[in-house]
Amino acid sequence: MKPPPLDKRMTMEAIVGQLRDGMTLGIGGWATRRKPMALVRAIVRAGLKDLTLVAPYGGPDVGMLAAAGAIRKLTFAFVSLDHIPIEPHFKTARQAGLPVWEFDEGMAHWALRAGAMRLPFLPTRVGLATDIARQPGFASIRSPFADAEELLAVPAIRLDAALLHVHRSDEKGNTLVFSPDLFFDDLIARAADRVFITAEKLVATAALDMVANARFNPFERSVVTGVAEAPFGAHPTSASPDYEIDLSHLKTYAAAADTEAGWADYRTRFVEIDQSAYVDAIGGADRLRALPKPVY
Amino acid sequence: MSTATLAELIIHAASKAWENDGELLATGITPLPRLAASLAKTTLNPALMITDGECWFAEEPVPPGPRGDRAVRIEGWAPYARTFENLWSGKRHAMVAPVQLDRFGQTNISVIGDHARPRAQMLGARGFPGNTLHHPNSYFFPAHTRRALVPGEVDFVCSVGYNPARWPGGVQPRCLDLRMIVTNLCVLDFGGDRHAIRLVSLHPGVPLAEVLDNTGFDLAVPEGPIPATPVPSAETLAEIARLDPNNIRATILKNNPPAVREI
Repeated sequence: MKPPPLDKRMTMEAIVGQLRDGMTLGIGGWATRRKPMALVRAIVRAGLKDLTLVAPYGGPDVGMLAAAGAIRKLTFAFVSLDHIPIEPHFKTARQAGLPVWEFDEGMAHWALRAGAMRLPFLPTRVGLATDIARQPGFASIRSPFADAEELLAVPAIRLDAALLHVHRSDEKGNTLVFSPDLFFDDLIARAADRVFITAEKLVATAALDMVANARFNPFERSVVTGVAEAPFGAHPTSASPDYEIDLSHLKTYAAAADTEAGWADYRTRFVEIDQSAYVDAIGGADRLRALPKPVY
Repeated sequence: MSTATLAELIIHAASKAWENDGELLATGITPLPRLAASLAKTTLNPALMITDGECWFAEEPVPPGPRGDRAVRIEGWAPYARTFENLWSGKRHAMVAPVQLDRFGQTNISVIGDHARPRAQMLGARGFPGNTLHHPNSYFFPAHTRRALVPGEVDFVCSVGYNPARWPGGVQPRCLDLRMIVTNLCVLDFGGDRHAIRLVSLHPGVPLAEVLDNTGFDLAVPEGPIPATPVPSAETLAEIARLDPNNIRATILKNNPPAVREI
């Protein structure tokens, strides 16, 4: 077998070029934190459709792909803009009948863990006695041990591709996530056949300072298929400590969801442009670096 | 005549939920439950752990809203993955604010109407199923109506309740432990026959009939006079004010009514 290239650098357009209509795509991050939004916008520009989207902890990634009509079915546990509790595009799409497979948050990471471990399922109590378990796709299983407890079998989720945003990567896909919370990005990556990453900054391997930063390294490089540099690639979600959530932009985004014309205008101004034009459109790098920490 | 508001009476009443919990994570979702957890920590049970609402354990309650230059004193790390490890161990008691609750204590924050094409899509089930199967839970309703405390079952059962028809093999889940419901009208618990929801106290000036009329199911009502929910003391009010310097509590209930209803 010919060894694969170790230089995994790609453009975002090349990453999206690897994706196909009808694929099962997983997206990392959490609601308004470290979502790979530059890649999401590139997917909207490319007009991908019929996606089975696995975004267990959804935010504007789900909303934007729903508004673009790219989703055939959504697997999720919640979708929210956090400070704006209801994601408006998601709400509109659901009320028009967008099919979903709804999970509990903990149950979703169990499904990803099963996928990551190449197991068919993992057992849990989570979901029992709720309407979650009454959806198709789940089954009950009895403990083979003396307790004989009836448990829920959560089927493994496998992804054709996963999309994540990190702070640093070298060309080989050795990555660092400096945020205080990795969420379940590691499991989403391991449950995927191919993993595409955007990084705030691509650096030389030595500049990762890996021994000092080991605890920020989420997985080994063999997990990673391709990396693209995308400064502010999580905006309008945060990539703390580099920049925080852009609440005023999220308000603009949410307000634009009120009408078809609003979304069309938003799409023209903020989606149908490349990432460097985008950074200018949202007020420039200095404004983004100065965004205040959100309060809860 | 006390100057206490109804919001403050609710915070005080709800704080009792964590009084005898020992050392565990107290989670209060939405401002009044959060302030109740804060008050529980500073006045009833200092062993409680609380978070900053993001991913850190805080040494002292974090005020809701802007906090200026005041730094949060951090004592531990609470990333997302650890939230589940902890809650599966049972060492958490959450008070959350669902959209619907039924006579079994089952709640809903996912959809109103049909799940396939909802009349109103809300957040999704979040962690409600797992929470209720692993640790104690209490509930808060800012508007006690039949649309919130519903007849029959909630539209989409997100959190588990005392409904044997849904339990696997009819066996009650071993860690199911529902504790308290606080509304703008009264305090309820699950102390009726087979965990039926029971009236504990009426907020001062609220007639029993108003609670019964606004509840979509039959409540267990103890014999004899129903106690009034205690009005917080001046000392407690001062502590609540310290925990909520932005007075977020004044913005939660319509018109911020007084604790003792004017008749």
